[in-house]
Amino acid sequence: MAVITIDKVSRWFGNVVAVNDVTMTIGPGITGLLGPNGAGKSTLIHMMSGFLAPSSGAVTLDGAPIWRNQQVYRQIGLVPEKESMYDYLTGWEFVLANAELHGLADPGAAAERALALVEMEYAQERQTGTYSKGMKQRVKMASALVHDPAVLLLDEPFNGMDPRQRLQLMDLLRRFGADGRTVLFSSHILEEVEQLARHIEVVVAGRHAASGDFREIRRLMTDRPHRYLVHSSDDRQLAAALIADGSTAGVEFDAGEGLRIQAVDFQGFTTLLPKVAREAGIRLYTVSPADESLESVFSYLVSS
Amino acid sequence: MNTTVARLTARGLFGRRRILILLAVPVMLLVIAVIARNSAIDKLELAHSILGSLALGTLVPITGLITGTGVIATEIEDGSIVYLLSKPLPRWKIVTTKLAVAVGASWLLAALPTYLAGLILYGTADGIAAGYALGTLVAGTAYSALFLLLGVVTRHAVIAGLAYALIWESLIGNYVEGARTLSVQQWGLSLTKAIAADGAVTAPVGLTTAVWLLIVAAVGATALASVKLSGLTLNGEE
Repeated sequence: MAVITIDKVSRWFGNVVAVNDVTMTIGPGITGLLGPNGAGKSTLIHMMSGFLAPSSGAVTLDGAPIWRNQQVYRQIGLVPEKESMYDYLTGWEFVLANAELHGLADPGAAAERALALVEMEYAQERQTGTYSKGMKQRVKMASALVHDPAVLLLDEPFNGMDPRQRLQLMDLLRRFGADGRTVLFSSHILEEVEQLARHIEVVVAGRHAASGDFREIRRLMTDRPHRYLVHSSDDRQLAAALIADGSTAGVEFDAGEGLRIQAVDFQGFTTLLPKVAREAGIRLYTVSPADESLESVFSYLVSS
Repeated sequence: MNTTVARLTARGLFGRRRILILLAVPVMLLVIAVIARNSAIDKLELAHSILGSLALGTLVPITGLITGTGVIATEIEDGSIVYLLSKPLPRWKIVTTKLAVAVGASWLLAALPTYLAGLILYGTADGIAAGYALGTLVAGTAYSALFLLLGVVTRHAVIAGLAYALIWESLIGNYVEGARTLSVQQWGLSLTKAIAADGAVTAPVGLTTAVWLLIVAAVGATALASVKLSGLTLNGEE
């Protein structure tokens, strides 16, 4: 059982703190590392893959330090975010070279198996420089899997992939997770993460904002105060009806734009609004969330 | 020595049209040697100018710069080095393999053409051709190691290497007496002198000093490059 432990880890670059006192444990199964761009996800993955030293704290794999320990690569497979991958090599040559570099007994068979896993045999004789983003991603996966690692780390693996490629990769990762491997991938898209990972670690502005089952994270994100912009056929009457209910914390009337409503109970409010409007004979023209950006959701998680 | 690293490095270095660019400079040296051969200028003086100043003084550092940085800096720059480093391979092995490729390329593209140019200009007389070939051979080795180190420690390896080759080696190393002791070109010249007939070549640095400094520079740069590669970090930006 391969477990990566991040213990009180901070990493700073000059005056900029990229990761701030983060503690988390990544065990077998699929874990999603979720956070907006610049949150510190890549910095964490670089530390987990031995390509960055923590400024303080420790990152270990089954108790062994990862930094400056080349032996951990017998257990770790890394799929980096960058696309450069010896563009002059064919897919086959690239995966074979990775197998050879691992010192495998039969690198040819290992490369064959890895390319079959990602279903890239059909393009293995083409130079990787001619591959689409999705194909590159799959060959990178093959190179990371060629030595059958217990841990797979993927930095933003779905970036730039079309929906079909995304589903294929998700299927593949699900299989690895089901095999008992420790799979960690980063993403800034909640929907992407919850489709794949049961366990989610959320980082925001370098801090560990939340951790747990995806339903729990989703509930945390949903049950926060929401703000809506509502425009109707009678904004004043609607405001009066809404404020009478406990799910609404405040209503601001704006003659030009409509109502700015602060709801404290997401479920309650979404049920109440159409009901109140129908009963009062008010027609709703616009109901739009005013603070649904991912950053605002994350900011809430950090402050909560 | 790791054959996979060597293969990847050699393909990266010589691949595509780069080999043509790399071959252009030694071909030019040979063309100059052929043209100069028929001139009326004293042949020994001509050999020193072309083999010493042009080959040892310019061709070798430029080739060393291209091969030394080319075997590693490009991979670090574009991030593909991660595929070598995420393997249970000792870093010194990666560095020495890449150095072997760079040195081999430097010998092929600088030492061999220098020897041939020497033969064209002066034949085998006075050991001039063999002497300069040995000089370029050892200088090429030291340059490769130094420029490989530069490729690991700085993202501006080519500019830094060019500044070193042009300012230190070609300018200061040639004209400032004290600086000559620390010039790879002068160390190479000392070995040239050791091979050539007595009095045929003059070198300001003693042979023993030159040999020791060559060893220290090459081994030191390789060791330091291995240490630096072990601690190579990926950019923290997202």
